[in-house]
Amino acid sequence: MSNATVGVSSGGAPKVSKINEVVIRIAGNSQDGIQAIGGFLARLAGRSEQEVMTFMTIPSTISGGPSIFQVRVGSGEVLTAGDDADVLLCFYQHSYEGHINSLKKNGIVLYDSDHVVPKEEWQKDYHHVGIPISSLTVEAIGGTAKDKGKNIYSLGLIAKMFDLNIPKLEKLIGERFTGKDPSILNNALAAFHAGYANSPANLLETFKFVDSKKKDGTQVVMNGNEAIAYGLIAAGVRFGAAYPITPWTDIMEIMRRELPKYGGSFIQCEDEIASVSMALGASFAGRVAVTGSSGPGIALKTEAIGWAVMAEMPLVVINVQRGGPSTGMPTNIEQSDLNIAINGGHGDAPRVVLAPANVEDCFYMAIEAVNIARKYNTPVFFLTDQGIATRIEAFTEPNLEKVCQDISPDLTPVATHKPYDLAAKDGVTQHVKPGTRILDGKYPIATGLEHDEYGHPSGSPKVHMLQNAKRRKKLQALGATLPLPKIYGPAEGNVLLVGWGSTEGPIKETVDRFRAAGDSVSAIHLRYVNPLPNGLENIFSGFNHVFVVEMNDEGLYGIGQLGTILRARYADPKIQGINKTDGLTWKVKEIVELVKAKAQK
Amino acid sequence: MSQTLTEKPIVPAVVTETATGERKALTRKEIVADHPTWCPGCGDFSVLALYFKLIEKRKLWHEKITTISGIGCSSRFPYFVQAHGAHFIHGRALPFASGVSLSRPDLHVFAFSGDGDAFSIGGNHFTHTARKNIKMTLVVMDNQVYGLTKKQTSPTSPLGFKSKTDIWGAVDYPINPARQAISVGASFVARTSASNPNHVLATMEAAMDHDGFSFVHCLSECVEFYEGAFDAANPRKGGAFNEVPKSHDVTDEFAAYKLASADFPGNFGVLYKVNKPTKNARENEIVQSLQGKFTGQKDWQILQKTFDRMK
Repeated sequence: MSNATVGVSSGGAPKVSKINEVVIRIAGNSQDGIQAIGGFLARLAGRSEQEVMTFMTIPSTISGGPSIFQVRVGSGEVLTAGDDADVLLCFYQHSYEGHINSLKKNGIVLYDSDHVVPKEEWQKDYHHVGIPISSLTVEAIGGTAKDKGKNIYSLGLIAKMFDLNIPKLEKLIGERFTGKDPSILNNALAAFHAGYANSPANLLETFKFVDSKKKDGTQVVMNGNEAIAYGLIAAGVRFGAAYPITPWTDIMEIMRRELPKYGGSFIQCEDEIASVSMALGASFAGRVAVTGSSGPGIALKTEAIGWAVMAEMPLVVINVQRGGPSTGMPTNIEQSDLNIAINGGHGDAPRVVLAPANVEDCFYMAIEAVNIARKYNTPVFFLTDQGIATRIEAFTEPNLEKVCQDISPDLTPVATHKPYDLAAKDGVTQHVKPGTRILDGKYPIATGLEHDEYGHPSGSPKVHMLQNAKRRKKLQALGATLPLPKIYGPAEGNVLLVGWGSTEGPIKETVDRFRAAGDSVSAIHLRYVNPLPNGLENIFSGFNHVFVVEMNDEGLYGIGQLGTILRARYADPKIQGINKTDGLTWKVKEIVELVKAKAQK
Repeated sequence: MSQTLTEKPIVPAVVTETATGERKALTRKEIVADHPTWCPGCGDFSVLALYFKLIEKRKLWHEKITTISGIGCSSRFPYFVQAHGAHFIHGRALPFASGVSLSRPDLHVFAFSGDGDAFSIGGNHFTHTARKNIKMTLVVMDNQVYGLTKKQTSPTSPLGFKSKTDIWGAVDYPINPARQAISVGASFVARTSASNPNHVLATMEAAMDHDGFSFVHCLSECVEFYEGAFDAANPRKGGAFNEVPKSHDVTDEFAAYKLASADFPGNFGVLYKVNKPTKNARENEIVQSLQGKFTGQKDWQILQKTFDRMK
């Protein structure tokens, strides 16, 4: 609501203001269905050619606990879920008191007056609109549902406030409850209409979005975990195995449900080690399989991932990072698994690490991960985090006919086969699957022991060095093909921000904010983290400062995890770290302040 | 998965060899790979020789067999067999083999393991692979000692067995593998001994023919670190090789459990065998029923339906 000031109308018809965008924070408990309201708003934005981004927190308790959902909808470009909210919808006293600080000055507090007693001292800074949401919901749909449905009632209020498209919202609500008892849909619609019909006089002011720019093609709306699951299916993955752990679990649930439609299976295993082992068995048997996890689960898989490096077996490992170490902060956002992704396990075990920057990237890079694993016969780590996993974005619908691929195993007989051929170009060899006849009668063994070119054990130091070089060289060859990241902003200046993974939005917005104030700040975002693309030093040389912005601890030497790697490769002391581990996505103002402080030193 | 794989011909038509167009059974020479690294006199030689015999006798082809193992003396097995194989990590042969079995119904999946690999570090997988009834044959060569690391106590070492980690004699109660397998839901449980080759071959054949998880507990002596461990089961050493009584009902779980619990050396042969749906079959049922809703549609069209709901 950046270009509209909220005015207080003194009774009568509310004022109507034109807005570009709005940030709404909904605060309640996890069982109130606040994610559902956020989801409806996000989906509606997608259907209205608007941009949208969401942010949510969930408690790690089994049932209940405070939870928020923040949605930013805009007619222009939306890069983050917003630092501060324009509207705070709060259901309880704790939601009110806990989140008032996230509201902009003069913002609107829309509160359930059945549960919230507004504070006198906050009246002058925020516009308070109290509506007995719980009792009005009960009134609208009858008492049996208690106050279940107050989320949909509130959606009606918001729809009124922002003049949202009612037929589209009704359709979305209808789709949500398809296949359920019709009374559920009727109740939902009744609650929605009751909220919508609530006297506008209570709302002080209503808003209307300016028209958004026409988008190319239809938009789809989903979160990062969904985008990954469907990306893997599009890539042709037909087997996966995993163990449930937050926040990875959504992906395995989707794949368990969806893969059989495509002739595949996703297996829930007895533990993390079994799941990576089973996925590797399926990769060995025919085509790239997937496993995934978060936090401690990744640590448990590392021995088998080392085997995949040694045996040169394709595998995709999805790591939805969370706060660590150990059980850590299971539902918080952190980027502290870069080290384990790149180096986890014993021995020299080079593998590929990719990090999608947004939800759309989750879809396309999942396909890329599968293809890199196939081409280079290597495990590929796919690093996302709790933030991107649950963040909903709208993006242009992919051309599925074009992107979907068939990677069924080719079992055509071969004359002869050396699985670990040292003469292979760039060290890249292919895995020949069981079921393939090898006409010279010499069959390969996929092995974790150091081995000769046929996969038979070898204790020769010379062979070990040659095979180590083979495993290294193929990733160096991949590195040479990787594109350099585009520079956001001019190619020369004072400060270059370097990010990776889910932080692209806030970093770009930071650059925008600095540049608007006349400061010389640019940014690059690394999506290929291991190997890194070649030539980053040429980008760094255009700047006085290179600040690596990461959600992990600064570490013993003060430069964070990616920062340490960039320092190791480029030995350039102007590379510095900007780090935090508070479990939340970066706010633009946080990065701005840290950059200012660092640049002055 | 079977559906996707069987849509295309898996075995290309190039592979006939005799004038009649029929492929000759493999000879021992064609199946043998590396010379085993086992100590002379090791019981595992016998199991390997009988695996070769099984391949010859049952006319299995190189490309149709997968030999999978974990870590330990026994687990060197795949290197000695001329066929597709995998030497995986310690204790995890079963989940790896499960990945092969569940995604490739056209392959014979054999896993070879030892007492430490299968029952100690891999104990959890033994339970769950049996419980899920995943189609494969597991042969555990049990020597009741850790051989590769040179004489430490194993989960099947008897009480009082002196090893480098129990110099005063083992203090932990050993597990009874056959009894454990029955209790966790294995659908085929047999006991044999490397000292009785004909019995090993017959048992492996029966195991291979079983549609489900078939477990063969095979006593296999370590002459280096636990010599004489199984003399009581070897008539040539003054012991008795008692087969499972003809009267035993192999489908009677309680009777099988009792028989498996008998004091060493107990009885040899198939202790328990029931037919129940495999996980392979159950997963395939799910595939069939879901795919039935999308007959004639390409994968991208199925995915398109899902995307249409996310607009």
